[in-house]
Amino acid sequence: MSNKSYINRPNRPLQIYAILFLVFLYAPVMFLPLFSFNDSIYVRFPLNEFTFKWYGELFHREPVWNALMNSVKVGVATAICATGLGVFAAKAITRYRMPGKAPMVGFVMLPLVVPVIIFGVALLVLLSQLGIPLSLYTVTIGHMIICLPFSIATLLPRFEGFDGSIEEASADLGENAWWTFWRVTFPMVFPGILASLLLTFTISFDEFIMAFFLTGTEPTLPMYIWGQLRFPQEFPSILALASMIIAASFVIVFLGQWVNRDAAFAAAKKGD
Amino acid sequence: MSDTPASLPDAVERPEPKPASRGGFSGLLQRSEVARGYTLISPTLLFLTIGIVIPFIILITMSLWTAQGFGFDTTPTFKNYEAVYNQPLYGALLGRSLWISSLATIATVVLSYPMAYYVAFHVHRNKMMWIVLMTLPFWTSYLLRVFAWKVVLGYEGVINSALMSMDLIEQPLEFLLYSPNAVIITLAHAWAAFAILPLYVSLEKIDRSLLEAATDLGDGPVARFFRVTFPLSLPGVIAASLLIFIPTTGDYITPALLGGPDGMMIGNLIQLQFGPVNNWPMGATLAIVLMLCIAAIAAIFMITTKIVKDRIL
Repeated sequence: MSNKSYINRPNRPLQIYAILFLVFLYAPVMFLPLFSFNDSIYVRFPLNEFTFKWYGELFHREPVWNALMNSVKVGVATAICATGLGVFAAKAITRYRMPGKAPMVGFVMLPLVVPVIIFGVALLVLLSQLGIPLSLYTVTIGHMIICLPFSIATLLPRFEGFDGSIEEASADLGENAWWTFWRVTFPMVFPGILASLLLTFTISFDEFIMAFFLTGTEPTLPMYIWGQLRFPQEFPSILALASMIIAASFVIVFLGQWVNRDAAFAAAKKGD
Repeated sequence: MSDTPASLPDAVERPEPKPASRGGFSGLLQRSEVARGYTLISPTLLFLTIGIVIPFIILITMSLWTAQGFGFDTTPTFKNYEAVYNQPLYGALLGRSLWISSLATIATVVLSYPMAYYVAFHVHRNKMMWIVLMTLPFWTSYLLRVFAWKVVLGYEGVINSALMSMDLIEQPLEFLLYSPNAVIITLAHAWAAFAILPLYVSLEKIDRSLLEAATDLGDGPVARFFRVTFPLSLPGVIAASLLIFIPTTGDYITPALLGGPDGMMIGNLIQLQFGPVNNWPMGATLAIVLMLCIAAIAAIFMITTKIVKDRIL
C-alpha cells in the first residue's frame, strides 16, 4: 500500500469535481419533485406555498390509471419474456463453445447502440405490411428488443461467476439437464435473474420512442405524459406524476443493482 | 468441497462426459455441445431475426417505393435517395444531427473522464456505491429527464426565474431553451452513464505497476498521465464515444422538446414522415441513410484511432 500511495494519494480538486458532477447529474431531476409541491401552475421561482393538491388531483384521473395499468402490463410481460430469453442466451454464451459466437453476441447487443427510432420505424413498417394492428402487444415486442441486451449483459457476469463444473457434478450425480438447471443453475444465477427482471421492467416502463411508434389506441404512461406536455395548465400535474415515476424507477433500479451487486462489481473489475 | 476447483493442476484432467446412451434428437442434443449451445440461444436469435432483420429488409424495400396518396407505388426506384441527395434540407438536417451529436459526444466524454478517473483511482471504499450513483439516473425515463431540462432551461424556468428573482437579469435569457445548445447540454447529461462505465472499466484495468514504473523512471504526474494512463484508457474512450455518438444522432425527443426550429434533427424529420407528412417511403429512406452515415463514421473513427494507436504504441 505504501509504495502505491503516491499514485493514489487524495486529489482535492478531483474530489470537488466528482461532487459537482454528481450534483449536475441529479439537480435537474430533483427540480421536478420540488415544483410538484409548489402551489402555482407556473414552474418558476420564487416558490409559493407547499401543497399536495397536484398529487391528489392525479388520483381522480381515469386516463392516468389506465395508462399506468397499460405500462405495468407491458413492463411485466417485457421483463418476463426478455429475461427468459436472456437466461438461455447467457447460458449458451458462457457455457458452450460455438462457432460464430462473437458475431452472434454482437448481433444480440446491436439494439444497445443503434438509434431506437430506426428499430421503431422498421417494426412499424413490418407490422403495417403484415396488417397487424398496433396494440400493447406490439409495444411489448418493441420493448423486448431494447431490453434483451440489458438482460443478457446483466446475466452474463452471473453465469461467468460460478464454476461450470458444479453443473457437471450435478449431471454426473444423475440429474437430468432440466433438474440440473432448476436445482443448481437457477439458484446460483437467481440474483442476476431478479436484477434483470427489475431492470428490464424499469426500461420498458419508462420507454418512450418505441412506444411512440408502436402504440395503438391504448397509451402507455410515457405516451400519456407526452400528450399532456402540450397543455401548459397540465404542467404541475405532470410534474407530480413524473416525480412519482422517477422515485419508483430509482427504487426499483437500486434494488436491481443491489441484489446483483457482487456479480456486477466483479465484471467491472475484470473489465468485461 | 474445495474452494478453488479451478486451481487444480492441469494434469488431473476431468474425464470427458460419456455420451448419453439415448438415441434420436434428444441424444444428439446431449452429445453435441455445439448443438446444445445453439439450441439455447436459438429462441433469442429467432426473436431478433423477426424483430430486427425482417423489419430491416422490409424497410430497405420500402425505401425504394414512392408514396402515392394514401398508398404506395411499389415500382422500385431510387427517387427517394436522389431527393435526399439533391434537396438541401435533408443534407442540412443530417449534417446538423451529426454535428450536434459530435459536440454532445465530446462534451460527455471530456466531462465524464475525470469522474471515471476519480472513481477508478481515488475511491477505495464503496466503489460499487459510486458506480450505482453515477448510473442510476440513466435508468429512469429519458422522456422525463429531458422534460426536467425543459423545466430548468425554460423561458420562465428555474434558471431564468431564479436569476430574475435575484434581480441579476431584467429579461429572461432566450438562448437557453430552443437552441442547439440546449440540445447538447441535455444530451451530454442524459448519456453520461454510457461514457462513465466504459471509461471506468478501461481505467480500472490499468496495471498500477506501470504507473509506478513511469514514476520511478522520472515522469511527473502530468507526463505519467499522458504517456501511460491516457493511452491505456483509449479503448474506453473509443467505446464511450461510439456508445454516445451513434444513438444520439437518431434522437428526437430532445430536439422536439428543447431544440426549437434551429435544433431540429434528422430523427424529427423521420418521425414527421411517418406521422403528419405521411410519406413512409421517404421516412424509410432517411432511416437507412442515417444508418449508413453512422456506420461510415463509426468505421472511419475506428480505423483512424487504430492508425493513431499503432503510431503511438
